[in-house]
Amino acid sequence: MTRQKRSHHRLKRAVAPYLYLSPSLLIIGLLMLLPMVTVIAYSFQNSAVLRRDPSFAGLKHYQAIFADPVFWASLWHTLYFTCMSVVFHMTIGMVFALMLNSDRINPTLRNILRVLYILPWLFTAVIIAVIWRLLLEPNGVVNSVLMQMGIIGSKVEWFSSPETALHAVTFANIWAGYPLFMVSLLAGLQGIPKDFYEAADIDGAKAYQKLIFITIPQLMPIIISISLLDFIWTMQVFPLIWITTGGGPIYSTEVLSTYTYKLAFSSYNLSQASASAVVILLISLGLTLFYIRYQKAR
Amino acid sequence: MRKRHTPKDRLITVALHVALAAGLFFAAFPIYWMLSSSFKSNTEIFALPPTILPKAFTLEAYAAILGDPVKLRFFFNSYFVAGVVTVLTVLIALLAAYGFSRFNFRGKGSLNTLIISTQTIPPITLLIPFFGLVVSYGIFDTYVALILTYLVFTLPYAILLMTGYLNTLPRDLDEAVAVDGGTSWTALWRVIVPISLPGIVATSVYTFLLCWNEFLFALTLTKSTSMRTVPIGIQLLMGQHAFEWNQMMAMSVLGSLPLLLIYLVAQRFFLAGMTAGSVK
Repeated sequence: MTRQKRSHHRLKRAVAPYLYLSPSLLIIGLLMLLPMVTVIAYSFQNSAVLRRDPSFAGLKHYQAIFADPVFWASLWHTLYFTCMSVVFHMTIGMVFALMLNSDRINPTLRNILRVLYILPWLFTAVIIAVIWRLLLEPNGVVNSVLMQMGIIGSKVEWFSSPETALHAVTFANIWAGYPLFMVSLLAGLQGIPKDFYEAADIDGAKAYQKLIFITIPQLMPIIISISLLDFIWTMQVFPLIWITTGGGPIYSTEVLSTYTYKLAFSSYNLSQASASAVVILLISLGLTLFYIRYQKAR
Repeated sequence: MRKRHTPKDRLITVALHVALAAGLFFAAFPIYWMLSSSFKSNTEIFALPPTILPKAFTLEAYAAILGDPVKLRFFFNSYFVAGVVTVLTVLIALLAAYGFSRFNFRGKGSLNTLIISTQTIPPITLLIPFFGLVVSYGIFDTYVALILTYLVFTLPYAILLMTGYLNTLPRDLDEAVAVDGGTSWTALWRVIVPISLPGIVATSVYTFLLCWNEFLFALTLTKSTSMRTVPIGIQLLMGQHAFEWNQMMAMSVLGSLPLLLIYLVAQRFFLAGMTAGSVK
């Protein structure tokens, strides 16, 4: 190669990665980063989106949200819904993974059960919502079985009474979400070296001791990173709640996403909705930073 | 090493199988109930005591869904949008992943972090500016609006998945092309793409599922019945005939078919796609 040709080649090599990345960066920049800036701008404007020349509103919309008791109720419901979901996703996922990993069951049965245990994962939030509405109908199968067993005396309106609605949607979400933990922990279990357990056997360790001193510490990195991701994603859940309860009755299942959606598309108060959306963004961003730091530290 | 067949040991094995059966009931009963209800008449669904197997097996709910052009349109829309987005996302992600995997360049680390963090941006935050944009560009209630939206949501993770896959392929393969005087572009299409099929399939599966399941943006950025997708269609069915539960279940079964089929046929790719981001 001549020198000219070689330097031409090197230049191409230097420019090439940017060319390969350009379509992605263009899309992410224009359709993700720019809209994020836009929604922050909206939150400081009066009549955002609706008027062509909106006036500056300062922090007015943020003050309006922080003064709204429904916002604080939504924040609390979001926290309850999210914490309960993550804790139970983790617990159920862990129990199922340990059971499936046991050498006491026959391998064919294990493979069949693994497929069946993943089932809830294969269904869209909307379909999960519809299934649970059918199951928990006042005249539905859950009430009829519970009444026959004498656990409840009369038909419970799971999704439409303020006392039970939040627990009912949380339960549906717990059912829908544990497979992510189960699958990840199962993969993690298979990666723990067998000699750890053999060494413990020689020392005469009991099954629960092996669980506490070997299995759980070995799975900790997976548990922490999946919990963080699950927390971030569960916090943003919209369709499940929208279809089962719509945030009602009397705001008893209102979460941040349904609260924001209603502000924007039922009340058409897009400025205030933007302020609320920015608050959600900030919470997510904080958790994401935490997640990325954790991933890098590993 | 373990002592087998002692009475205590046998008891533990029995208890484990009882627990497995309970777990199976918890995981699968709701889905079984959807399936069996879709084959019942609407009156049988609420029969007392409940019938576990459909007593009068009927396909009337499926006939009602499949005979209604409005509902078939929901399915067409879902397949069409998810299909187009899958092709576009995989193509664009493949290029970006190639750049990430085969080149060193200024800003690589921060771009990678940027892409990881965009995965957790709350959809509801982007919904309002998207609505503003879509209305002002006159693409409200069109396929274009949905395709652009889904593209931006599927792209970051698709890039990470593809990059992860390309990193597993030895570099000598495409460097051989460079030695022969070929460009990186030639290496990508002649060498990398043909051996990247598993990665491409996993990325496609993931992208398709995300689009198929999307609800919030489809709800907000479309309006006319002819533009609605399956998840919105199910919700509409619930509003219109609050009591046609068998049709709702039939539509849910039909709406779940693509995911179930993909899972059964390509379990490996499905799991790779669903967990790659969380387990590294």
